[in-house]
Amino acid sequence: MFELALTFLMMQQAPAENTDWDEAFGVEEAVRDPQTGELPVDPYDVDNANAGAKPFSGSSIAADFGGKDGIRQIADRFVDLNISDPRVAAIFAGHDHVRLRRTLYEQFCYILNAGCEYTGRDMATAHQGLGTRKPDLNAIVENLQKAMREADVSFVAQNRFLAKLAPMYGDVVTR
Amino acid sequence: MKRVARVLAFAQTAYFVAVAQTATAQVDEAPSVLVESPPPADYNAKLLLTNGISTIGGASGGGISDWATIAGRQSDRGIGVQLHVSGAVLPDYLWQSHGIAVGIADRVELSYARQNFDTQDVGAALGIGQGYVLNQDVWGAKLRVAGDTVYGSPLLPQIAVGVQYKRSLDGGVAAAVGAAHDEGVDFVVSATKLFLARSILLDATARMTKANQNGLLGFGSVGNDDYSVQFEGALAYQFSRRFVMGAEYRSKPDNLGLGEDDWIDIFAAWGATDNITVTAAYADLGSIATFEGQRGVFAQAQLAF
Repeated sequence: MFELALTFLMMQQAPAENTDWDEAFGVEEAVRDPQTGELPVDPYDVDNANAGAKPFSGSSIAADFGGKDGIRQIADRFVDLNISDPRVAAIFAGHDHVRLRRTLYEQFCYILNAGCEYTGRDMATAHQGLGTRKPDLNAIVENLQKAMREADVSFVAQNRFLAKLAPMYGDVVTR
Repeated sequence: MKRVARVLAFAQTAYFVAVAQTATAQVDEAPSVLVESPPPADYNAKLLLTNGISTIGGASGGGISDWATIAGRQSDRGIGVQLHVSGAVLPDYLWQSHGIAVGIADRVELSYARQNFDTQDVGAALGIGQGYVLNQDVWGAKLRVAGDTVYGSPLLPQIAVGVQYKRSLDGGVAAAVGAAHDEGVDFVVSATKLFLARSILLDATARMTKANQNGLLGFGSVGNDDYSVQFEGALAYQFSRRFVMGAEYRSKPDNLGLGEDDWIDIFAAWGATDNITVTAAYADLGSIATFEGQRGVFAQAQLAF
């Protein structure tokens, strides 16, 4: 019985060398937007509420983070640290880093009340299927702390910002 | 026999197919875009200092107050270990304790501590001998039932319940001062939360206990052998990722009628590395065995993985 099955298995002809597997399985290649350089995502409702936290009132916290320029630098550095951190890099490996940099900047800038609108997806959707665990989130928090520390954000201001992010735990950690 | 031969033949064929496939795979393999290096071996799954400071009873907490935190540096899929050595110099006594706590999946904590209390001259005055050392073993189990110290709603603290079995190794002394037992069980409920918006950590803990001076002078008394509910708590301010200062309070019963006082301390804790926490405190332990004004310096070194 076993030999029979195996024989049939091995008698199969190998597929041609130049088979276009994407075409054979109907896989469409994602094309980056020529303007933004971002990969397309499924449509969703754009809403500042997707940022997952109420923004600060007043402009002092935005100043603590160095305004829009400082926030962009911190968001960029934060992404750099995560994608090169062996603890969590795998989570970011399949991500559109161009879009991630933009939406993270917008989210930070919106929450810190530095004058941005958040146009990204909500936290639950954005983190769906990433399989993030609590130790991963801790590593990511450490990276954000490092990015803020390097930008000379005071520890008090760092914690005030983290307090806005901490309640998102349930949407971010999925296993 | 035939059946065996057939299975062997199949196994052999399967082996050759597997080898052939592996060889092909090696040839065809494209440069991997995935990250190959696994997390480092010393992966610290918890945020710095969130494993707490081992208490004198061995459980994770703030030194003299038990917290809802779980010992060790591991998270939901690891087993962490936390070791500590503590000492305190008081006007009439010397305190020394050491212990181990194991944190399982950031859910369950099992702990043990040995406490050694050197009575120095008091020993002679009480007639138990110059430098007589009172010893006690404390075995603890703690279960985190809800919440998280750092994440989630600021209104939901990390909550844990625990039991501690304490056994005085000097039952004779405990009986001589009027204690009813030389062993006892404490029941503990703790709630702990780091309020990031204010960089403040708060803990509130209730303890049902009969212990006299934490159990070193036995449990209950001939006249009063009932449990009482005692409060312990901590308030700490986070100056940086690595440095915290705070104060603790722990109320105690006075079953023996010796004027036993509540304990307070102010402490500074420094996470020297991811795995080492050094704590210094100034503690006021009040009256111990009628010798009043027991204020002194407490120091602790803690190693956690």
